Order: sequence, then C-alpha cells, then structure tokens
Amino acid sequence: MSLLSTTLSRVTLSVLLGSTLCAAPALATDLVIGLQQEPTSLDPTADATASIDGMLAANVYESLTTVTESGEVEPALAESWDISEEGLTYTFKLREGVKYHDGTDFDSADVIFAFNRAMAEDSTNPSKSIFKPIDTVEAPDANTVVITLKNKDAFFLFNLAQGDASIVAEESVDLNNATPVGTGPFKFDSWTRGDRLTLTKNEDWHDADSVQLDRVEFRFISDAAAASAAMMAEEIDAFPGFPAPEMMPQFEADPRFNVEIGSTEGEVILAMNNSKPPFDNVEVRRAVSTAINRDEIIDGAMYGQAVPIGSFYPPHGPAYEDLTGLYPHDAEKAKAMFAEAGVEGTEMTIRVPPFPYATRSAEIIQAELADAGINAKVENVEWGFWIDEVYKKKNYDMTIIAHTSPNDMGNFAKGSDYFYGYDDPEFTKLWDDIQTEADTDKRNALLKQGQEYLADQAVHGFLFQLPRLSVIRTNVDGFWKSAPVLFQPLADVTVN
Amino acid sequence: MAYFLFRRTLGFVLTLLAVSVVVFAVMNILPGDPALTILGLDATEDALAALREQLGLNDPLLSRYFSWIGNALTGDFGISHSFRVPVSELIAERLPMTLSLAVAGMIFTVILALIMGIGAAANHRKAGDWGVMFLSQLGIAVPAFWLSMLLVLLFAVKLRWLPPGGFPGWSDPIAAMRALILPTVALGLVQSSVLARVTRSSALEVMRQDFIRTARATGFSRQRVLWRHVLPNALVPIVTIVGMQFAALVTGTIVIENVFYLPGLGRLIFQSIANRDLPTVQALVMLFAAIVVTANFIVDLLYVVIDPRLKARA
Repeated sequence: MSLLSTTLSRVTLSVLLGSTLCAAPALATDLVIGLQQEPTSLDPTADATASIDGMLAANVYESLTTVTESGEVEPALAESWDISEEGLTYTFKLREGVKYHDGTDFDSADVIFAFNRAMAEDSTNPSKSIFKPIDTVEAPDANTVVITLKNKDAFFLFNLAQGDASIVAEESVDLNNATPVGTGPFKFDSWTRGDRLTLTKNEDWHDADSVQLDRVEFRFISDAAAASAAMMAEEIDAFPGFPAPEMMPQFEADPRFNVEIGSTEGEVILAMNNSKPPFDNVEVRRAVSTAINRDEIIDGAMYGQAVPIGSFYPPHGPAYEDLTGLYPHDAEKAKAMFAEAGVEGTEMTIRVPPFPYATRSAEIIQAELADAGINAKVENVEWGFWIDEVYKKKNYDMTIIAHTSPNDMGNFAKGSDYFYGYDDPEFTKLWDDIQTEADTDKRNALLKQGQEYLADQAVHGFLFQLPRLSVIRTNVDGFWKSAPVLFQPLADVTVN
Repeated sequence: MAYFLFRRTLGFVLTLLAVSVVVFAVMNILPGDPALTILGLDATEDALAALREQLGLNDPLLSRYFSWIGNALTGDFGISHSFRVPVSELIAERLPMTLSLAVAGMIFTVILALIMGIGAAANHRKAGDWGVMFLSQLGIAVPAFWLSMLLVLLFAVKLRWLPPGGFPGWSDPIAAMRALILPTVALGLVQSSVLARVTRSSALEVMRQDFIRTARATGFSRQRVLWRHVLPNALVPIVTIVGMQFAALVTGTIVIENVFYLPGLGRLIFQSIANRDLPTVQALVMLFAAIVVTANFIVDLLYVVIDPRLKARA
C-alpha cells in the first residue's frame, strides 16, 4: 500500500505544483510516427519484437552493413569490404572517428565484442542463426575486422544489416534494454512505456548535415480504429504499416494524406502439417491448392490490397517467378481430387492466430474447402497458444501465417522438427546450393528452381504477399513504400 | 471495532493468497512459452534454452511459486520477463494513469448519477423522470468501446476540441485533464446510468416516509428537503453500489486504455498476458484484487459514517 500512497502523493503534488515544478517546456517535434506494436524492450539483440528494429535499427543502432529499400546491401559502420576468392574471408574496413551516443569511441574492439556476445553459448540473440556460419572474428587493427566463415553464405552481408547484428558497445550494452546507445543518426531521448518514444538528431553522425529531422516521436496505438482517429485528428504524421486495409479508401479520399501500398517480406501461407495424414500425401495438398481461390481471399480478407503468390518468394524479389497459375481454382476438380485421395468429407481444423489477415482469410478458405467437400473447422487461438501448440508442438492440421523474414525459403530445409513437418532431402540439397552460390545470376536461377519445386510439391497453400500499407501526411517525404527489412531509416525523411 | 478490523484484514490476506494461487496455476496451465514469445519464430534452440535458464523457467513449479510468494511478502515482485525491469517499477510508472482515470470516472459517475437520480425522483412521473429513465436505459445498453469511438469521432476528429487519445503525463496538468475528459465520460457513463436508477428508487422510497412530509410541513424548501433530508437517508444502497462500481471502473480501464491508447495498468495487463509475462500478470492481478477488496472495506466503514446506528452492531 505504501507504493500506492507515494505515487498518489506524487500525483497530487505534481497537480498542485504543476508547471512550477516540472517547467521543462515541451520541445517542438518534427514528426510523429504511429506504430501498432508496442515494444517491451529496446534491445534488438535480445528481443525479436519487430517494432524495436522498426524504430531503432539504422536510426539509433548501426550494423556493419545496411540495406536500401530495394534490398541492396550498402556500407554502414563498415566503410567497405573485401571478400576473399573462395568466399570465406570478409575483411571489413571500419569508418573512422565514429563515437557512440554516450561519447565512447567506436572501433574494432566493439565489433569483436558484439559478435562474440551474439555467438556465445549463453547468447539469447533472437537471430542467432545469422552468426552460425562464422568461424572466427579477428581485429588486426583498430579499423579492420576480419570475419572467416565455416561455409559460404550468400546472404551474410544482407543478414549483417539486421538489428539483431547491431554493433553494441560493452560499456552500454546492459542498459540498452531501456536506454539504447548506438552510433546512428538519431540518439535515444526518452521512452514512456506503453505510450511513446522520442529520438533526437545526433549532430556527431558522419552525415549529420543531410538529416533534416531534429526530433522524432513514436506513438504506440494498437487499436486500428484508434489509429485511424489519431491520423484523422492530425495527432500523427505517418503510420507505416497501417493495421486496417478496410480504412484505406477513407484516407485515399482525404487530400491531407498519401496512401502507399508497398510490399513486405511476408509470404502468407495456408500451412499444412506435412508430417500428419492426410497432408503427408502430396495429392491432398494439391487438392487444397486447387480448392483455394486467391483472388477471392485477397478481395475478402485484404480488400483487394495484396499480390497473390504461387510459391514461397516475394513478387518484388529479383528471382520471382509467377506460379499462381499452377493449380487454377476449380472446386469440382478439387472435390474429385479429394475423393480420389480418400479424404472426402473429412473434418479438418484450421488453427488461426489473432491477426486480421489470418482470421479473415480463414473464413473464406473454410467456405472454399466446403465447396470442395471438405468440412474445415476454424479455431481462432491466441498468439501464446499458437506459438506453443502449433509452432512448437506441431499440434495442428492447417494454419494461416505470414513469414516475414527475408530470404526465408530455407524454412523448407529445416527438417521434420520444424512446424511444417516437411522433410525433403531434394529440397534441402537445393537450399544448400542456393545458400552457397556467390554468383547472383546463378543464385537467382536456383531460387527460381526452388520456387518451382515448392509449388509443384504444394507444400502449403501459397496465398498472397502481405502488403505494407502506409498512411502519411502529404508534407512528409522519404518513407519507404516497401520494407525489405524490419527497419525504416529516418535519416532521409523530410517534412515540408 | 478491533475484532471487525482483524476479521477484515484476515479476509484481505486470504483473498489475495487465493488469487495468487489461481493466477499462478492458470498462467502455467495456459499453453505458451515466454522465451519463444520474446525471441520470436527465428530463434535457435540454444538461444531459447539460454533464455529459459535466465528467466528461471526451468525450476520446478512449486519452488517457483514459493520463491515468488516469499519475495512478494517483502515487497519484491520480481523482474518482468518481457520488460526485464522490476515489476514494481512498471506498476509505479503506470499506476498514476489508471488511478487518475478510475478516480475521475468515479467522481463523474457519482456527480452525474446523484443529479440525475435525485432530479428524477423529485419529478416523479413527469417529463424529467421519463427523460432520465430513458437516457439511463440507453447508457446501460451502449458498450463502452463503441461509445468511446463515437466520442472520439465527434470531439477529436470532427470538432477538434479534445485529443483522440494518449496521455501527456501530469507534468502538464491542463493537457493531462483534457486527455482524461473523453476516457472519463466513456468509462463512467454506463456506471452512472446504473447508479442514477438506484439513486432514484432509493430516493423515492425515502420520500414516501413520514419524516419527509413533516419536514416539508415545518416549512423547509423543496430543494433543502431533497438534498439535506432525502439524499442522506437514501445513501446506504447508493454507497453499496458505488463500492461495487469502483471495482468495475478499475477493471473497465482495461478496455478504455486500449481504445484511447493510455499507458496504464489495463494495457499493461493485456500485453503481459499475451507475452506470458508471469511475474507482471501475477502482480497486477494481485493489485487489482487488492483494490477491489479495499474498496469493499471502505464501503463497510462508510456505512458506519452514514448511519451511526450501525456502529453498535459492528
């Protein structure tokens, strides 16, 4: 009770003394950004919450590399790099004169520390697999880092750009959870948990002159209707990743806003448990693919705002192949296919996580399966339940989920322990080849082959690419339309 | 009185103990894995194992419960799994928000209900009475989240008089009060509709009694009789309902805080359950239970203040 009374008296005190006590004048904020997902921690190297990367990666924290909107790898803390002939040794030349926001110097020792921490046995890095191919990390001098890989990894430089690979400093790492310290163009200013987070411009950043924003505020609004009201009331300037596609026409009709419909790395799939009958039978999976009508699902679940996919690769990627015509929608044919496979009239359950794209798609797919003679039951479950029962214990028939990581075709090579329950040596071999192919053209050819193989095997029902809907005030420029990674650099964003 | 207090305190402790066992059991039976929730779907097995070890999830269930309850007795509610800061710190940050909202909601509820209820009773079977009865029926029927959206659309989006949500903190009292107006109305309207009806019927009952007629006959004005004689004598059922309503208001903040994106305890508990953040959920449920039990206790004390005859019995 003492806690209660002290806070109470603090409240009364601040009410009574009001402005005299806390006279800090409110600083002008250049840009207010709305986010649906509220972070619980601010350390991207210890927590997978996407909004941590969304706010802080490439803004407060920096990695050795970074990624452009089109997915190209560019220098960040590493000014340049050389890759040895056999593709295993990476020599990074670090940017000189860089300081952390707390004033300490950045050099190769920080890189060594950050990598050793992420690779350590007791590391809790959410993307530890990024570091799996690394054999050794060495620093011949203060501005050079040499990383040697055990095996070739075509995605290594891209992966290093992620927030999970941020170069954190030993001096500040333990406090990053609530007061992040990095080297990026913006410094962390304040965070009121559950409400807002503010960043201010880092004048010491190497290209600080090109950064226009002095102060940026993120506001956390999880409810879609509340987010819409906040935009309409002009409390918020930009809402990248707006949660409700059904509200887009309202914003499109309003001259104050620009509506951007871009793409994410999220492939939405109707996952089938390949380790369990009847989905261990490829003909049954093909029948499911024939039963579903992507256009109907996109219209109903996404209000038309999504691009259909026929395999597991994003339509904006360089190796994309349109395979949506492989199993044209035909309810009668699907019914016959189910009958032939002996699963006519079988009852199946679709366990659906609590995301609007999933719950809405589920209802439409349920009706489409019913047309093909399959009685599917939709079971809406909560996220914690989904993670435990579906993802961890593989206790499901079908589910709907978006895989939002880039370059994640390797999911199909994770073996029967992964929740797909899909174990196919032929594809695993193909993925090994993709991962170790250094030549871009050859790799893209292999990626096409991979898409064809997965589509032919109908491992899942491939539905659509999750769109990135953004509502942005017309005077704000520089936001990414599509999101090849989780973060959104603010250094190029301007307000007129 | 001493016996009364002792009985009450014992009841308080036993209630909280029962609550702690139920929450702990439910949170552990629920499917879910805090480590997987934090590290996400790309996490490797060894990273998950390391985090489970760090969070102490590998200890046996009973020993986790007893170490938790032992620490809680000394005021240490543990470290939040997802926020990685002491739970007491999280609560201290957010309690002012939720209490401000609940107290504002309570004041709004009581004032509106008394005016409406007494007014209706005074105008029994006249237009004013019908009006109050109709409005309160409407108020009970309207869901709080829907009313919230309507209020926001009208006062924040259309008229721009008030902010659509968020809370700037008490460092700017004017802005803080402006931010609280819409949530307070949305939170309190349903409760005040209920309370207005109780007030009306309770007042009507008192007005039928002889001493009211006597008071009027001795020449006291209608207003004076209403507020000085009818209201105090009608208070016992009103206070009983108010006590129950305070509990409803505190828990009602969960919905309101989500709709108005206010950084309070309601939103915290919502998020913590989704994250399977056991220490935080546990402490919050205990806190909510403590608030409800305390509110009931205060109601019992108030009976004695309102009706001194009850003192002898207590």
